[in-house]
Amino acid sequence: MEQKRISELSEIARQVRVGIIEAVHSASSGHPGGSLSSADILTYLYFEELNVDPAKMDDPERDRFVLSKGHITPGLYSVLAQKGFFPVEHLKTFRKSDSNLQGHPDKNKVPGVEMSTGSLGQGVSVACGMALAAKLDNSPRRVYALMGDGEAEEGQVWESAMFAAHYNLDNLCYILDWNGLQIDGPIDDVIGPTPFDTKFAAFGWNVVMADAHDFNSLEKAFAEAKACKGKPTVIIAKSVKGKGVSFMENQASWHGAAPNDEQYETAMNDLKA
Amino acid sequence: MADKFATREAYGKALIEFGKEYDNLVVLDADLAAATKTGMFKKEFPERFFDCGIAENNMIGVAVGLSLSGKIPFASTFAMFAAGRSYEQVRNSIGYPHANVKIGATHGGITVGEDGATHQCLEDFALMRTVPGMTVICPADALETRLAVKASIEMNGPVYLRFGRMAVPQVCGDDYKFEIGKGVKLLDGTDVSIIANGVEVEQALIAAELLKADGISAAVVNMATIKPIDRELVIAEAKRCGCIVTAEEHSVIGGLGGAVCETLSESCPTPVLRVGTEDCFGRSGPAKELLSMFGLDAAAICAKAKAAIALK
Repeated sequence: MEQKRISELSEIARQVRVGIIEAVHSASSGHPGGSLSSADILTYLYFEELNVDPAKMDDPERDRFVLSKGHITPGLYSVLAQKGFFPVEHLKTFRKSDSNLQGHPDKNKVPGVEMSTGSLGQGVSVACGMALAAKLDNSPRRVYALMGDGEAEEGQVWESAMFAAHYNLDNLCYILDWNGLQIDGPIDDVIGPTPFDTKFAAFGWNVVMADAHDFNSLEKAFAEAKACKGKPTVIIAKSVKGKGVSFMENQASWHGAAPNDEQYETAMNDLKA
Repeated sequence: MADKFATREAYGKALIEFGKEYDNLVVLDADLAAATKTGMFKKEFPERFFDCGIAENNMIGVAVGLSLSGKIPFASTFAMFAAGRSYEQVRNSIGYPHANVKIGATHGGITVGEDGATHQCLEDFALMRTVPGMTVICPADALETRLAVKASIEMNGPVYLRFGRMAVPQVCGDDYKFEIGKGVKLLDGTDVSIIANGVEVEQALIAAELLKADGISAAVVNMATIKPIDRELVIAEAKRCGCIVTAEEHSVIGGLGGAVCETLSESCPTPVLRVGTEDCFGRSGPAKELLSMFGLDAAAICAKAKAAIALK
């Protein structure tokens, strides 16, 4: 990728992160840690990979994105706002009783949200159905689902993995945000969902490793996903939870907590251009 | 009486019939295609049939994804697994986004028979009724099954259809008109109105005959749609007869009896006695025997009818 484009994407991702902090600070609740770890992935998806246009969301041939780790609405809403689905200002209404920006995404309330999610393990199954529909329609449209590493502890994820491989859904790509932390602590202390690569491979998937914070790495991974025929791809993206905000990085405690006013100032300072 | 057919059998046939009409109709099953009768559709339209294996929760999600891409999916498995195991998937993935998914749940109720308690779902009406926006239907015979499948295709939104394993006679007339949310009076009567659905409609009609011999005039209403309940008809029957008996192959808690009681206690307080399983699990045995053993046969309906009349 050209350095100029990397700089442009980095600037968008920075603004996405600012939006995340604005949203959770305004709401005094929400999930900043996983939103920040996914911010570069979301930026790459919406500004490089997905064939979606806010003005043409009724186009049946658009690509589909399902946020299976539905709790990272600050990240999703922030990238949707950057993409032009709604004004960035709306992020400050996050989780308020008169706002459409629900704690977990509601497809019937927020433009650009393809599926209502929040209960882990369910979004990936819906993505499978969307990919199957594209196959039935002989359509080239592609389907992407972003899942968490803790989410891989849900049995339904593996039901979906079995299904997608059996039906050769090569138009389907999961991105697994491997930040290593879930609410109760490091994922391998909690229950140990790893290894992800050999598990998905054993289920018949094409497995691609990536650096979740390196656009060149993401570009290469998504190209490999597209090139793979006959089976679905999972991009296992190694990330840093809380990435970009000094005191949130690699802290499980920032999975579902909002910064106070002082912490907000520090975060905004960290995210200065 | 004409030949008997299980409603699951009629469901399989209806899928083929409407599969011809709607090329966006797709069918999913979870390794029970031979039992749910979706196998009939698979034979006719293999390219539109998808076995999801023994993984019901994923099947529900796949159905949602298909529906969000313009397909009309029927997801089938036993009622126990559709409404029970996958309750949360149905609530959050189908109900919350109001996805256009049809759940074809077979083997509902005690008449599953020999498989016993783990497979006899007696709670599905209650569970599905609590999901906002969900339509819940339990047809009484093959004829009504066909019409209910057709109506569910023609409406946009989630529908839970419950079918049975046991063969049942035709109880609806050949000119029967089915409408979602509307009960149909099959028999006029003045002393008590029996509001039933599914296999209990046949039992209610037999009960009405038995009551007639005792000089009691009983009406029979087929209330196939449990949600939305036909409030108008329920209230009209209560006002007309002064007491109601509900009959369903389901727990007395939260199903048709519950819906009728809720309606009447709010709008027209009237004695209501419920025929259903009494807050208990089922057991193995021949279906017919179980209907009697669990107080779901015509004799049980007669006893409740007399008791209801005494409460007037």
